[in-house]
Amino acid sequence: MVPLRFLDSGECMVVVEFGSTVDPVLNERVLALDAMVRRAAIPGVVETTPTFRSLAVQYEPLIVSREALVARLGELESAAEVTARPARRWTFPCCYEAPHGEDLVEVAARLAMSPERLVALHGAGALRVHMYGFSPGFAYLGGLAAELAASRRAHPRPPHPADAVMIAGGLAAIAPLPMPTGWWVLGRTPEKMFVADRDPAFLVAVGDEIRFEAIDAATFTALAAQAATGIPVARVEAKP
Amino acid sequence: MTVRLVIRAAGPGVTIQDGGRRGWARWGVTGCGAMDPTAFRLANRALGNDAEAAAIEISLGGVEVGVEGGSVAVAVAGGAFDLRLDGRRLPDAVALRLEPEARLSIRVGAGGAWTYLAVAGGLDLPPVLGSRATHVRSGLGGLDGRGLRAGDRLTLLAPRDVVRGPVALEPDPLMAAAAAVRVMLGPQDDLFEPAEIAAFLGRTWTVSPHSDRMARALVGEPLRHRGGHDIVSDAVAQGAIQVPGSGLPFVLTADRQPTGGYPKIATVIGVDLGRMAQIRPGETVRFAAVSRDEAVAARRAAAERQAAAVRTTPIGGGDAVAADLADLNLVSGVVDARAATEG
Repeated sequence: MVPLRFLDSGECMVVVEFGSTVDPVLNERVLALDAMVRRAAIPGVVETTPTFRSLAVQYEPLIVSREALVARLGELESAAEVTARPARRWTFPCCYEAPHGEDLVEVAARLAMSPERLVALHGAGALRVHMYGFSPGFAYLGGLAAELAASRRAHPRPPHPADAVMIAGGLAAIAPLPMPTGWWVLGRTPEKMFVADRDPAFLVAVGDEIRFEAIDAATFTALAAQAATGIPVARVEAKP
Repeated sequence: MTVRLVIRAAGPGVTIQDGGRRGWARWGVTGCGAMDPTAFRLANRALGNDAEAAAIEISLGGVEVGVEGGSVAVAVAGGAFDLRLDGRRLPDAVALRLEPEARLSIRVGAGGAWTYLAVAGGLDLPPVLGSRATHVRSGLGGLDGRGLRAGDRLTLLAPRDVVRGPVALEPDPLMAAAAAVRVMLGPQDDLFEPAEIAAFLGRTWTVSPHSDRMARALVGEPLRHRGGHDIVSDAVAQGAIQVPGSGLPFVLTADRQPTGGYPKIATVIGVDLGRMAQIRPGETVRFAAVSRDEAVAARRAAAERQAAAVRTTPIGGGDAVAADLADLNLVSGVVDARAATEG
């Protein structure tokens, strides 16, 4: 196992780096330490940001010194139990049909497969939420079939629609807010990953699994109307 | 009658900001908050507000404001903007009582890119995810998640008119220009050869016009990476300096994305974030590396200075204004007997 690295980003952030790759095993260690740090409620720690392979700890150095913080993080990491974290399995409806699957035909051609096969592969596997980033509720999903590793666009496309389901660089994503993107839009989900005044504001925890279930455009319209009233349209169960 | 601040004219880049949206980066939510935290805090401190209370951030587009329904004390600090009360020129950092029908105009001036208009008693806006800071790209916070424009009316929480005539505010030493912006190297300085780090610190960089609340984009002779220029995305601190494939650094500021996939050669230290943000497009910057101990010492010194009352000077003969402010700061943000809502 690669030893932990403690990297400073200024005097108010220390990054605990577990490795340099996208790897569910590394990510589980990140999440285990994150849970421990949150539970420990260390005075001076402002917030923690788990990513694929590191945990960033934002802190106030006038309350907790870097030396004391790093010592505490090292203790917590040694005691962290990777298997202790509960996870859930979600089924997200996704419409790949026109007008929602904006880039489906183009990216299928790039991957030298039919759109039908792309949709089947995308929906076949359980994908894992590795981290959030980029914009509110933008979830990075790992576990995509190797055949779907389309490289990112050379130039960003115009803003994608809300709640876009996308792939790029061997990862999948759900992107709630329209933004210009280098990713490929396969479809849209009627579910809302993020609603600022909902409790919880964010639906899916890091470490949870998501499987996509194809729906037609008429079902999308009906479910989107339901989601807009605050009734969830994704199904969830405890992970066995 | 309810007291309201009225926006009479507003250029682009006028937003409500506070100390920032903390605790949500793990969900992809940007921290936001004031681009120049030192100036922002000075404006609030001068009025006895919480130092991180929501205030109006103004950029080069400027703004003109008035008040209706009563009078209220306001303070402006940050950069060297052209401030005028009914046409009368004011100092760069000032506190004054804004009376109904008076017009306070804030226009681009001799220097600086951001200034802050704080209101005694604060702005009555709902916190979103724990903060009133505006993030325009995701439509969160502030007034309907957008920049302010002419005709907007902002209701005040508990308006106070604690200041009479205008008084000049003594700026914090961090608000003065300096030879270099101080950085700590890292977190990915190991992805650059020592000669490239020396080049980063030795070169003079020009701030590009493609700079906004997300980043100060820098132009100059490009830097070379040791290996590739992509890393697996990790978290991005305020002030982190990313070097993408072009080799031209970006200093990531308040509206940065919370994670990023380019190596970060260095990070601007906390007390110099405002100094960096105030450098206008077209102006130049140099960086100087300091140790963590030096960064923390500068932070401690700033915190000690800013725990004291804001020193003020009456303008044009003055009255008992300076004494009023001194009294106010002695109670350190507690609403005093004069705080009852007027009008």
